[in-house]
Amino acid sequence: MTELNLAQAINSALDLALANDESVVLFGEDIGVTGGVFRVTDGLHERYGSDRVIDAPVAESGIVGAALGMAISGIRPVAEIQFLGFAYPAYDQIVSHIGRIRNRSNHRFSAPLVIRIPFGGGIGAAEHHSESSEAIFAHTPGIKVVVPSTPYDAKGMLLAAIADPDPVIFLEPIRLYRAVKQQVPDDDYVVPLGAATTVREGSDVSLFSYGAMVREARRTAEALSGEGISVEVIDLRSLAPLDEDAIIAAARRTGRVVVATESPRTAGMASEVAAVVQERALYSLLAPVERVTGWDTVVPLKRTEHHHVPGPDRIAAAVRRVMDA
Amino acid sequence: MEPIRLLDVDGTLLGDAPVDLDETRRLFGAMVAARAYDTKCTAMQVQGRLATYAPFEGQEAAQIGSIAALRADDWVVATYRDAAAMWFQGYPWMNLFLGRMGDERGGAPPQDVNVLPPSITVGAHMIHAVGIGWGESLQGSDRVAMTFFGDGATSEGDFHEAMNFAGVFATPTVFLCQNNGFAISMPRRRQTAAELLTDKAIGYGMPGVLVDGNDLFAMIGAAREAVARARAGGGPTFIEALTFRVGPHTTTDDAARYRSDDVVEEWRRRDPIDRVRLYLQRCDGWDEAWETEVSESARDVIEEAVAAAESVEPFESGAIFDRMYLTPTSAMVRQRAALRRDGGND
Repeated sequence: MTELNLAQAINSALDLALANDESVVLFGEDIGVTGGVFRVTDGLHERYGSDRVIDAPVAESGIVGAALGMAISGIRPVAEIQFLGFAYPAYDQIVSHIGRIRNRSNHRFSAPLVIRIPFGGGIGAAEHHSESSEAIFAHTPGIKVVVPSTPYDAKGMLLAAIADPDPVIFLEPIRLYRAVKQQVPDDDYVVPLGAATTVREGSDVSLFSYGAMVREARRTAEALSGEGISVEVIDLRSLAPLDEDAIIAAARRTGRVVVATESPRTAGMASEVAAVVQERALYSLLAPVERVTGWDTVVPLKRTEHHHVPGPDRIAAAVRRVMDA
Repeated sequence: MEPIRLLDVDGTLLGDAPVDLDETRRLFGAMVAARAYDTKCTAMQVQGRLATYAPFEGQEAAQIGSIAALRADDWVVATYRDAAAMWFQGYPWMNLFLGRMGDERGGAPPQDVNVLPPSITVGAHMIHAVGIGWGESLQGSDRVAMTFFGDGATSEGDFHEAMNFAGVFATPTVFLCQNNGFAISMPRRRQTAAELLTDKAIGYGMPGVLVDGNDLFAMIGAAREAVARARAGGGPTFIEALTFRVGPHTTTDDAARYRSDDVVEEWRRRDPIDRVRLYLQRCDGWDEAWETEVSESARDVIEEAVAAAESVEPFESGAIFDRMYLTPTSAMVRQRAALRRDGGND
């Protein structure tokens, strides 16, 4: 075991994957010599060389399109897009080809590849660097979309994603890269994709979130425990597929549901969780489901960004509302 | 710049023949078979037995000649108008028919055939060929990937990215552009201000080769050189095959709205199959009985493929969920059950 932050845990997973499987190749902008804009791939180029850790031209569609071709040929590519806000040029490749090749060929060809993408705001970055548009990808057939919030999960989920026979979009919460440390096993291990996890027990309210918002949810739960409100915090971890059974079990247990995301509100993951709850657990509810989200606005720049990315104040307000309902 | 030409329109050999007489006869037969497929598909579309069909009549030499330069284990990444190329690289007629009938099993050629199902979007697939060839190189193989596309696709951004990646990483890719004059209704001059599409190759640091695309021999020669360069580690080549789509864009298109019959007639006189027949006649390699036999056996093979495709029973409803992932996700399992509950036949 070694104490690692989230970026180091991802680096450790990539290192192990490269060491254990010769077909694994990393591919992206500035991931080689420089070690990535967030230094997540630091040291891997030196260790594995430029045929395994490949610096790509600045062309996101080309990166993931070439990754699809590589995957078809037998390579296990792990592509990196620098920021979620730069992934849109690659979206056509993802929706039109990566998510479809298995279906199009009735399993004859497939796309076992991973696309790693840092996402989310709260660090006062330039425009396009704070996007939380994961719902677009969760809405896209044929891919899996996962988001770790701890170093342990980051390593185990990334190793699971690389081993997965189908394409996985692996979203990395920028705000947590260096914010959380945890003891992480040095060896290979897998955290299965598709399963939510309870990160804090509680009996009054079920609070769902993922990525950097899990930390805000935990802070909220801790603050509210002083008011005598017991909040259960659930990290969804997988947006596609969504762990509906875990969501329903929690909703039935507490009868009160709040979902906290930093993405735009309309047609977002919070809406999906709310829909699942009303479909399958309506009669267990003691209050309407509350969504605490970013707004249907562009992510504001640094000076007003805090009005967009929900913090404990807004989440706590929603929790109190479902308690008072 | 004049395109490379080895066979004149009247069948005169203008240089050295790249293949012997037996091989020429085999390739002639392949072009005849391809045209029989093309004719059959258009007829079946009219009868309502196939979905929209995109004919390739006039482009047989560009496709068969290019594939003739490949090894059986090389890759082909092509489009909805490239059935001749795909078939000649091993993709069964039956699969091609099945795909056009609206069945995903059409997209599954046999395991030893390295041909992707046809790309329906324009221009996004060439980068897949780049990645495939690159991946083969990384795994120590010398397989080459050849990708087919039209003049319209060169306007897409992904064409640029594919050419650029291929150049930068010297991938074993052959870019085979069939410039057939029109992208649906838009003539080539509305796609680019460049004088020639081959001019684009310069910007990506690769050779650009202009070929008479209705000349089987010129196509074989140009493709062989490009394939040899790719296989030897010399990187990609862009080939512009000057040809013409004699038919409409698809069976839903009325080509008379954007081009005159005179142009079509002019290109019919340059027909790629007629040209090889004239050459074979000059070499005493042709007689009518032989061509009749070739045509009839091609038609038989195609009728058998149609019958095989039409005998495939439709999937049950659950299959639409089962082919999205290797192992259905929880969402697929739930949705499959929901459809079964509400009227699926699973």
